[in-house]
Formats: sequence, C-alpha cells, structure tokens
Amino acid sequence: MTSRTIKVDYLARVEGEGALYVKIKDERVTDVKLKIFEPPRFFEAFLRGRSYSEVPDIVARICGICPIAYQMSSVHALEDAFGVKVDGQLRALRRLIYCGEWIQSHALHIFLLHAPDFLGYEDAIQMAKDHSDIVQRGLRLKKTGNELLALIGGREIHPINVRIGGFYKVPAKRDFTELRERLLRARDEARDTVRWAARLPFPEFEQDYEFVALSHPHEYPFNEGRLVSNKGLNISAQEFDEHFTEEHVAHSNALHCTLKTRGAYFVGPMARYNLNFDSLSPLAKEAAREAGLSETCRNPFQSIIIRSVEMLYAFDEAIRIIDEYAMPEAPAVEVTPRAATGFGCTEAPRGALWHRYRTDEQGLILDAKIVPPTSQNQKTIENDLRAFVSGRLLLKKEELTWQCEQAVRNYDPCISCATHFLRMEIERE
Amino acid sequence: MASPHSRFLIIGVGNEYRCDDGAGLIVARRLKQQTRDDVTVLEQSGEGAALMEAWKGVDTVVLIDAVNSGAEAGTIHRLEARAQPIPRKFFRYSTHAFSVGEAIELARTLGELPDHLIVFGVEGKTFKAGNGLSGEVEIAVRDTVERVINELARSS
Repeated sequence: MTSRTIKVDYLARVEGEGALYVKIKDERVTDVKLKIFEPPRFFEAFLRGRSYSEVPDIVARICGICPIAYQMSSVHALEDAFGVKVDGQLRALRRLIYCGEWIQSHALHIFLLHAPDFLGYEDAIQMAKDHSDIVQRGLRLKKTGNELLALIGGREIHPINVRIGGFYKVPAKRDFTELRERLLRARDEARDTVRWAARLPFPEFEQDYEFVALSHPHEYPFNEGRLVSNKGLNISAQEFDEHFTEEHVAHSNALHCTLKTRGAYFVGPMARYNLNFDSLSPLAKEAAREAGLSETCRNPFQSIIIRSVEMLYAFDEAIRIIDEYAMPEAPAVEVTPRAATGFGCTEAPRGALWHRYRTDEQGLILDAKIVPPTSQNQKTIENDLRAFVSGRLLLKKEELTWQCEQAVRNYDPCISCATHFLRMEIERE
Repeated sequence: MASPHSRFLIIGVGNEYRCDDGAGLIVARRLKQQTRDDVTVLEQSGEGAALMEAWKGVDTVVLIDAVNSGAEAGTIHRLEARAQPIPRKFFRYSTHAFSVGEAIELARTLGELPDHLIVFGVEGKTFKAGNGLSGEVEIAVRDTVERVINELARSS
C-alpha cells in the first residue's frame, strides 16, 4: 500500500495567502482541501450601525484589487433597498469605471500571475529576464486600466467618488480626450494579447461545470442582470438565498457557497463568457474565434484566453461609452433612506459578487451579508484538483505540485476577499 | 502619482483595516504635514504595478510598509533596494500577490529601479482585521517619521 500527501504551504501568485492539501492513497486521491481563513465577516460586523453613505468606502477596503466591484454591489443593493434607479449617463459611467477595474485586474493576472505557469517560470520576475516585452505589455495595459479608474474614481486604489445614487462628481466629456487615445492604443495591444494567449500550451482537462453569471438582454454583464446558469438557474439577486447556501467546512474559515440542489458551481470570466458570448462586441467575438475558442469553453486552463478576450472587450466597451458620453446634469440622483432590505449582485473581475443589506428608517445598517466570488468557486477548485490529480498520478511530485498550483490560479482566487492567508499541501504517504 | 519634477517621493503602504498593517500609511500621513514642497507623499495599498508606476523617473524614494519577518514587534528595518534584494518573507502579509517585494525585484530586472530606493519596514505585531496600531508599532511609527526626515535631509 502506498500513500502520499502533496503539500504547498504557501501558495504564491494568488491574491492573499493560502494553502492546498492533496492526499493520495493507493494511487487514488482521497482528500483535497483548499484552506482559506478569515472571510469578510469582520467587514459585515463592522458595517452594522454605520450610515448607508459610508458603506461604499468601507467595503472598498475589503480588496485592493477589486474595490469597484465591492462599491458597485453595495450601491446597487442599497439603491434596491431605497427604491432608487440610476440610469442614463450615470449608469454608463458605472459601466465605464467597471471596465477600468476589469482591465487592471485581468492584466495583472494574465501577465504577472498566470503567464509564468504556462511559460515555465517561478514568477514574473524570472519571466521578465527572458520575456521583458510580455511583462512590459502587462504593466502598460494595467496602467491604462488604473488611469481609467483614477479619472472616474478619484484614486486608483480605494476610489472615493462612488456613492449611493451615482457619484460625488462626474467628469466632463473633454476630460476623456487624452485617455481615449491611450485606450485606442491599448485596445490593439489587448487584441495581440488574445493571439499570444491562444498559443500557450494547455493541459487537456474538461469538466461538466455549472456556470453561473449575470446575464442581461442587451449587454455583456457588469452591473445588472439575472443570475443564470447553463443548467437552468434563472433568478434575480433578491432570490439568491432561496437557491444558494453557505456552509462552514472544517478546514477553512471561509464559507463554501453552493447551489442547494446541485452543489458546486463556477463563477468568473469563463462562466460569463459561456453564458453571454452573444453580448460581446464584434471585435471581442472575432478575437475569440481567431483564438480558436468556440462559444463554450470547459477547460479552465484556457481561462487565460478568456480573460484576454474580456480585457479586449473592456477596452472596446470603454471607448464606446466615452464616445457616447455626455456629462450628466447632476452627479447623483436623490436618495431617501428607509427601513428595507436590498440586494445587489455585480460581476467582479473574478465573478459574481452578491451583497444584501438591511437598513432602518434613517439608513443605518442593521445587517450585512457579502458573498465573494472566491468562496463560490472554492468547491469547484477542490473538485478540479481531485479530477486533475487523479489523471496525473504518475507525474513527479514537483511537476504535479506545479500543475496543481496552476489549476488553482485558473480561478484567479482572491484570498484577500475570501480571507487573508492561505497555504498549500499535497501529500503522498 | 508623483509630479514629473519630484526629486523626492515618500510612499506609505498598507491597509489601515488590518491593524499594524496600517503603519506605513500613518507614517506617510504624519510626514505629509511636515515635509518640504519638493517632496511628494503618496499613500498606496501595496499593489506592485502601481508602485512601479509611482516611482518611475524619481531620484530618491522612501517607502514605508509594515513587515512580518519574525523580529520583535516595533523593530524598524532599513533596506536599500539598490544594495540588496528584498527578503521575500518581509511582505508576506500583503493582500496583494504582486506587492512591494515583487515590484522592487521586477523593477531591478527591468532596469527601472530609482537611483535611491530606501525601504523602512516596521515590524508589526498584529495583522488581524481591525483598526488601530499596537503600542510597539505606535512607538516605531514615531521613530520612523524622524528617520525618514533625517534620510531626506541627508539626500538633499
């Protein structure tokens, strides 16, 4: 009888820190644990008793990588509670700032965190010695995303301009003139990025996933839509609790979120792409087809191509919004707080991010609940590892460990949202 | 971003919602009130690409961040990026996968390090979710403010 355990105590190149543990006994995978600690429960507690107007700035601190996602889910949830509707150019500006966040987050993950796995380097620093052009391109694209964020959000990190009802101040049309030129150039580089990503080597690995993402009749989803899946789910954000459940698992403080009836599911770029291909811009669709992607992709290792397609789309969409932009008369619509419960779900770079708030008549927060994308993907990541390792038991330990880490990074897990620290172990006794 | 003519840049890095992880930000805020006009002071979350962008073209950069290297809480480490690699364990507590240590090493590889990049690492005691510094780190923050001011006086 042989039995071994593969351990990675410190998972590099994921946002935050984490651990992975895989146990193999008699050439069979007997246990897989993605260990995550410290979910954003602190923030939920911290929000209680605060005014609704403070919420967007507090939740932005949960994650330095996707503050806009947290702000957007919170403002939509509180607007739902107060019966406020934001549309027209204010709604377009929210889409635009979200484009900036997708660009900077995807560029970071594609070039600096995930690419080294495919090209055989320990990290981006080693990779830069041989591929400085690739690294420089990643930094340029990321910077353009940051500039878009800074122009609308006021600051790149923890933007401060977002409020319930709209913004504190809005840019004039002319403010976009110079940035638009840079976005045009960056869009060409994003197009090249899709071509480059398509040529990377991909392990053969497909699973029968349930993909869950927002879907909107007229646009690729950022802020609005119904939560749908390829297996028949079709609900509003208000119905989330009826269909999903969060459970504690012994090895992780982060809650695992699963579908009550079918268990594990998959959120993020690949889910969005598979459920919303028709809503991509013609340029993004063309790039996807040229990259050899069909309208459905089930190999999570190819998520790097899909992230590139989404990044291209975000540039394309940002330019479209800027071209159609006219400065709104008021930076925000009027908001009157009331005692209510509101729900919001938007598409963070890593997938659906759901918020629920209960307020009193002054708009003070009585109760908050936040379900981040990484806690939704945790069970799917573990399932992937179980299936992936089972098919590769003959690999040497170092190679298997390498590929397992790569498989985790397919999901761009943000452990600073789902948690703070994570470490990884793969063990064969 | 630093203005194009800044010769001196101070970057405080951290997350004030993670207790002692906010040390770098607090040092930066205190320095903002007592530095000369030719010194730019920035607060950053520690996201590496933004750091590389911030120090591009600046001669002298002083970066302050909380660290967790196993030393006694409140210890102030001083590193010169040009002279030595940044020990990886220092910035493990960042929520970013590509943070201060990675940004310095990537800038070194790409030939984009500032002429002088001095890193002050304040050894933290607690990085749990919450506000406020521990007593040891509060004292270290005061000392670090003095040391950065002396550092800039020496450099100019």
